[in-house]
Amino acid sequence: MNALLSIRDLSVAFRTDSGRFEALHRLSLDIPRGRTLALVGESGSGKSVTAQAILRILPRSAEITRGQMLFTGEGKPVDLASLREEGSLIRSIRGRRIAMIFQEPMTCLSPLHTVGDQIGEALRVHTGADRQESDARTTEALRKVGFPDPKRALRTYPFELSGGLRQRAMIAMALIMRPALLIADEPTTALDVTTQAQILALLGRLQDETGMAILLITHDLGVVANIAHDVAVLYQGRLVESGPKTEVLRRPGHPYLKALIEAVPRFDMAPGERLTPIRPARATIPPAREAQSLSGPVLQVEGVSKTFTLRAGRFFAPPRTVRAVADVSLSLEGGRTLGLVGESGSGKTTVAKMIMRALAPDEGRILFDGGAGPRDVHALSGEALFAYRRTVQFVFQDPYASLDPRMTVRQILSEPMEIHGVPQGVRRARCTELMAMVGLEASALNRYPHAFSGGQRQRIGIARALSLEPRLLVLDEPVSALDVSVQAQILNLLKDLQKALGLSYLIVSHNLAVVDYMADTISVMCRGRIVEEAGREALFRRPVHPYTRALLAAVPDPSLDHPLDFRKVTGDASNPVRWPEPYRLAPEEAGTMVEIEEGHRVRLSYLAAQKAA
Amino acid sequence: MIGQVLRRLLTMSVTLLVISALIFFVIKLPPGDYLTNRIMELRATGEAGSVAKAELLIHQYGLDRPVWQQYLIWVGLMPGPAGFSGLLEGDWGWSFEYDKPVADVVGDALWLTLLVNVTALIFVHLVAIPAAIYSATHRHTVGDAVVTVLGYVGLAVPGFLLALIMLFYANRWFGLSIGGLYDSALTNQPWDGEKIRSLLAHLVVPTLVIGLGGTAAMIRRMRANLLDELAKPYTVTARAKGMPPTRALLKYPFRMSLNPFVADIGNLLPHLVSGSVLVSLVLSLPTVGPLLLEALRNQDQFMAGFILMFVAGLTLVGMLISDLTLVWLDPRIRMGLR
Repeated sequence: MNALLSIRDLSVAFRTDSGRFEALHRLSLDIPRGRTLALVGESGSGKSVTAQAILRILPRSAEITRGQMLFTGEGKPVDLASLREEGSLIRSIRGRRIAMIFQEPMTCLSPLHTVGDQIGEALRVHTGADRQESDARTTEALRKVGFPDPKRALRTYPFELSGGLRQRAMIAMALIMRPALLIADEPTTALDVTTQAQILALLGRLQDETGMAILLITHDLGVVANIAHDVAVLYQGRLVESGPKTEVLRRPGHPYLKALIEAVPRFDMAPGERLTPIRPARATIPPAREAQSLSGPVLQVEGVSKTFTLRAGRFFAPPRTVRAVADVSLSLEGGRTLGLVGESGSGKTTVAKMIMRALAPDEGRILFDGGAGPRDVHALSGEALFAYRRTVQFVFQDPYASLDPRMTVRQILSEPMEIHGVPQGVRRARCTELMAMVGLEASALNRYPHAFSGGQRQRIGIARALSLEPRLLVLDEPVSALDVSVQAQILNLLKDLQKALGLSYLIVSHNLAVVDYMADTISVMCRGRIVEEAGREALFRRPVHPYTRALLAAVPDPSLDHPLDFRKVTGDASNPVRWPEPYRLAPEEAGTMVEIEEGHRVRLSYLAAQKAA
Repeated sequence: MIGQVLRRLLTMSVTLLVISALIFFVIKLPPGDYLTNRIMELRATGEAGSVAKAELLIHQYGLDRPVWQQYLIWVGLMPGPAGFSGLLEGDWGWSFEYDKPVADVVGDALWLTLLVNVTALIFVHLVAIPAAIYSATHRHTVGDAVVTVLGYVGLAVPGFLLALIMLFYANRWFGLSIGGLYDSALTNQPWDGEKIRSLLAHLVVPTLVIGLGGTAAMIRRMRANLLDELAKPYTVTARAKGMPPTRALLKYPFRMSLNPFVADIGNLLPHLVSGSVLVSLVLSLPTVGPLLLEALRNQDQFMAGFILMFVAGLTLVGMLISDLTLVWLDPRIRMGLR
């Protein structure tokens, strides 16, 4: 077969302080024309290095030590590996025959230049087109990737766009020269599920139109199952498995791939089935404690609303406001987990912050029952508030940004205890105990966060949250910044700790599979309102609301039997006006929650609700 | 946007007013003033006529009134003995030391000061920016090391020492007269071709001396900024598009690294006037720096007050320029985000 890009024996080595490190070891791979090859592996497996090596944009400390990359994009084959890194030949291939899109569309676009300028640039560089021509072609490209108003988009800046539109702009930028090969490095990892589905659909459509080949770098097997034709699996810099998608995913041969498939939460898991982490953690979970029995729920959120005022606009104009949370009510039983699901901007994090008392609600109240009856969290002060802080703790999304790099792990774990007056001796013992609980060596207490991997850092974050023996943990996207291979570890750890310590969890996430695995009851939020709430079983098996259905339909499932229906992902699902009757809400209409079976409530329009009653 | 600028101008004038009060009272803090000291001196020598003249001046400038009235008269908010005649009306006051209006004493010096320092500033940027770019893109090479070492030398050598050495050699090799901004023979001549040529020749040494320290500092900062920006993903994006390296560098990381320097303009302008006093003294440049020093020592209050007000005004104007430039340069600020 005549491959578009044929990689043979490619090795890449990094110079580090501790000597040479081989990131890629004798990789041989063919990228066929017009097909999508998914390159799968965990972080550090060498997938991004492969992409950078193809474009010859490796970091300065890295070099290609052997092998060749034969590219037959036009006429006679060129060995990319033999080109000079800043030579004119490789430059004429970059952006013209081989283009690349990246994971984080915000940081990959310059905030100082307009979208139109940056997209048309490749055109101007390669063809010497003038501004007028490049603007015309850019408008065309923007239309093709689905910008609603491409003319206006030319003059916008990246930070004015949503994450989905930014990634569309990146795609337009990559495709403006109609490259033969598109390298997509985790193109949807930073996006919401619904946006992800749209971008995947877009990539598929563009491939059909232009016949380009796609090298898709990802760790998400769901994405692979849905848009790849072929799969190659990298593990520690070596190719361990490759072949057509159906063969590789149905009959995984290499133990790493088998383990990877086992480690991802799926919707068709049996009740009570546990994920199998790729590398099991050895946490010492304390013996289960009898959860304090409470008469009512531990946390009740009653009709909470929050409106933010944007910066005042022009003189004399009334300040613009954004309704982040509107009349949200939640209830969480002791020892159980409540999942709060929604896309970015749906208001779920604002709710979590109000529960933490980091923000005050405009209306409504939040009741917390620490054992002495429910008390309004926002009416607490002095000693009572101080005590409340102990009982509710937060686990952050980003384990890199949430640990102070200048504090040792011991200091990080001790700080909450110092604040709450735990004596020195107890603190020391507690630190050791906490480390065992989250499966880390006590000897690591004197090290700094940078010495740990992402998964280990998140465990430190969990240990810090547990140090004051809280009753309730608020988990804000606890695994979305982590590699799939460690997600399972963290989720299992959280489950075990919950059982042992009788904790209650509020888990905030856009990852439905994670929520499905963790939560007992689930509330779905859209534009600041809860649109559906139900037990886990009912919500995932019998979703009713169109928004919930759209969210579920957009999750790419790793099993080949449930492919995404790309025709259904239109992007209208979060617009209440476009919902079908009886869910349709007029602008500004709140609608009302109606119980359709026990514990399963859904938001209907007033009219429909009255008719039903 | 225009509303913003107007609002800024308003706050600027209020700030200037506050500064003027501060300046005036600080100058007035030491007991006595130039004239009373002078009168005491004259009395001791018994020159009755001069004493009478000094007393006339005291009366004319209202120096016999309470300090707050003196201040208001100086600013021009209150009629003095000669009616409204203060800074607001364009009357910069009288220099007792020189026995001339402040405007006459300071006039030429102001423009020469700006000339010398703006030249130095341009020199700094012309040298520092290319050096920093070279140094950042050739990190850990011999060239980078050479630039770095030269930079440190420039930082470490005191300006006045360098000034002396350069004066000596400029005189020896090029026959340039020592000190001043033009040949002393031309001092009272009108500004004709010869005087301008002399001025340009004399400008070289002060530019180098004043500029070198700043150049070194700027290379270091710019290099560090650029290195940060070079590691950013959008730089990789530009490379992946196939942009030639220099063009990509100038368009993306360089432009991003400019912000802190633009924000610094506000500090640069006043530094122009007050920062080079030592060098001006050594090189005997006819700039305001030495004048200010002298005026403060002799309690020549209107002269000192005016120069300080001028510096304050420059600071505010510099701040305004840098804010407006930032708005123009950075869409994030323009859109009020960030």
